[in-house]
Amino acid sequence: MAEQKPEFWRWHEYTWRDEGKNWKDYEMITAGVDIGSVSSKAAVMVDGELYSYSLYRTGSSSPDSAHKAMQGCLEGTGMTIDDIKFIVGTGYGRVNVPFAHKTVTEIACHARGANSMNAGVRTILDMGGQDCKAILCDERGKVQQFLMNDKCAAGTGRGMEVVSDLLSVPIGDIGPLSLGVNREPPPVSSTCVVFAKTEAVGLLREGFDVAEVLAAYCAAMAHRVVTLIQRVGVQKEFAITGGISKNSGVVKRIEKELGVEAVEIAPDAQLAGAIGAANFAKDLLAKQMARAGG
Amino acid sequence: MVAAGIDVGAETVKVVLLNGEKVVGSSIVRGGLDRSKSADEAMDEALKSAGLSRGDVERTVATGIGRKEVEFATAVATEIAADARGVTVLFPSVRTIIDVGAEEARGIKTDGTGQVTDFAKNEKCAAGVGSFVGSMARALEIQLEDMGPLSLESDKEIPMNVTCVVFAESEVVSLIHAKVPKPDIARAIHGAIATRTTSMVRRVGIEKEVVFIGGVAKNPGVVESLKRHLGVDFLIPEEPQMVGAIGAAMIAATAN
Amino acid sequence: MLANYGYSDGSGTYYITLDTDKCNGCGDCVTACPQQMFLVEPDDYDDDKVVIKEAMRKDVKYLCAPCKPTAGPRELPCEATCAPGAIVHSW
Repeated sequence: MAEQKPEFWRWHEYTWRDEGKNWKDYEMITAGVDIGSVSSKAAVMVDGELYSYSLYRTGSSSPDSAHKAMQGCLEGTGMTIDDIKFIVGTGYGRVNVPFAHKTVTEIACHARGANSMNAGVRTILDMGGQDCKAILCDERGKVQQFLMNDKCAAGTGRGMEVVSDLLSVPIGDIGPLSLGVNREPPPVSSTCVVFAKTEAVGLLREGFDVAEVLAAYCAAMAHRVVTLIQRVGVQKEFAITGGISKNSGVVKRIEKELGVEAVEIAPDAQLAGAIGAANFAKDLLAKQMARAGG
Repeated sequence: MVAAGIDVGAETVKVVLLNGEKVVGSSIVRGGLDRSKSADEAMDEALKSAGLSRGDVERTVATGIGRKEVEFATAVATEIAADARGVTVLFPSVRTIIDVGAEEARGIKTDGTGQVTDFAKNEKCAAGVGSFVGSMARALEIQLEDMGPLSLESDKEIPMNVTCVVFAESEVVSLIHAKVPKPDIARAIHGAIATRTTSMVRRVGIEKEVVFIGGVAKNPGVVESLKRHLGVDFLIPEEPQMVGAIGAAMIAATAN
Repeated sequence: MLANYGYSDGSGTYYITLDTDKCNGCGDCVTACPQQMFLVEPDDYDDDKVVIKEAMRKDVKYLCAPCKPTAGPRELPCEATCAPGAIVHSW
């Protein structure tokens, strides 16, 4: 007896392909698959250039999610999984990517990916579904320092989904709504999402409207990750990756509190892990080919 | 004279009425969003059970998270002071109090006269307090009061990520999908609370006798788990969730 | 690389920082830790380096508690045994 209820937390799933490229013209075909706790991403690269990518919600089985994400990159291209010479798995479910040749931690992949998408990037704040990471990298995208918080849902995409559901606001509307307020209630004081829910209900009772409560929650979330990132320090350029990078209400407040603007990383900051993994795959393939040839 | 103690918790409001040292009336009601209204309701219910009216109550001490919202209170006491006082009345030999409520957990050291010598609290994280069990019962689609008995059917330790209520909810759903028996899941949930509680109490030190109070002490699953983790036996009052209100009433009865 | 394992939550901040540039992969910490929290394994760049076991990262506050008396001097076996000084606790 499942209750029929609109799914406010549901975000946009999609795939993309570079129509201008024919993969058969290229030699080094590699892929990265990033199985996060909430979303699954895959990216295919040809000679180090982005060819296709996909973004889906992670299902209850990681191997199925991996197949689905990979299939999304291949659909309509005539390419099969066997045409890909090297695949790197990453993310929370990386050990469950059955077709991966190697796994690399998401920390290394996010640094590598964000740095390859914007060469100036030295500091990465990855705000994922179930964790939050602050990463410093060098000019080649190699990790210099990292700090991760995956113990608690506060400051994660999952926490934001809970709030979206509680207040019946589609997740994509939270950012703009929270920025459109004339007055901001004090940020919710509870770190814990469960207690923040109670607090949000209390704010509504006190007469704050939904947008203002969202502002209070976004501000609390921004403050929380700022304290995390300040432990590693911020070096320019600063980039935000992961699902929350699409929430302007949190991003703007982080920028304001840090006093640093985040640079854009095209095409989609949520793909940094998968693109980083595809880059690792390219290097590993080159090494393999050099060994075979030499 | 009649003295009242009211404990406005995160989930329930408890009232105890004392005439001298004798309990003459009590009530427990679910708290609504409007705490001052819930406090009124609980007070009226307790008075009704005692056959008294507002005018008969000379002093009222309020405690609990909503203690400042009780308009008719003559004084307030912290939860820790109320717990220590209430426990001392019930069990004078107790030195260590473990109180796990809906949204807060406390470990308290007392000297046997009702004075607090040390305490530790968890008020910032829902993993480790009663609302965790409530959320998990919803995820398991069973009644909260069935959680404890159900978990006692299991003798398996299953690994589970129970550091955060929000993550644990998704984990419970995937465990159900993986056909893990519900008793095993319930046991893992209670084990998680017991681990958190044990480490909190160790911070103040465990000195005998130990008492376990608060609404969560009514859950036999947590009680069993806590016994295993703590390694010492402990007392549980008949109405573990009323101890704070009893303490508040005692403070009211003896105030000048 | 400075790898910070642990978390911060409402009760405080708990990180163990492992400096993989200092770590020589000797594994002394692996045997010294009474909770067996350490592991030496190849990192993403294929060097043998120390990590905290994944299953234990969210529990460091609780796992490390027995080595951290609330009063008196503390001597952490992991910090003490690490010759290059690659292990630091934040709390």
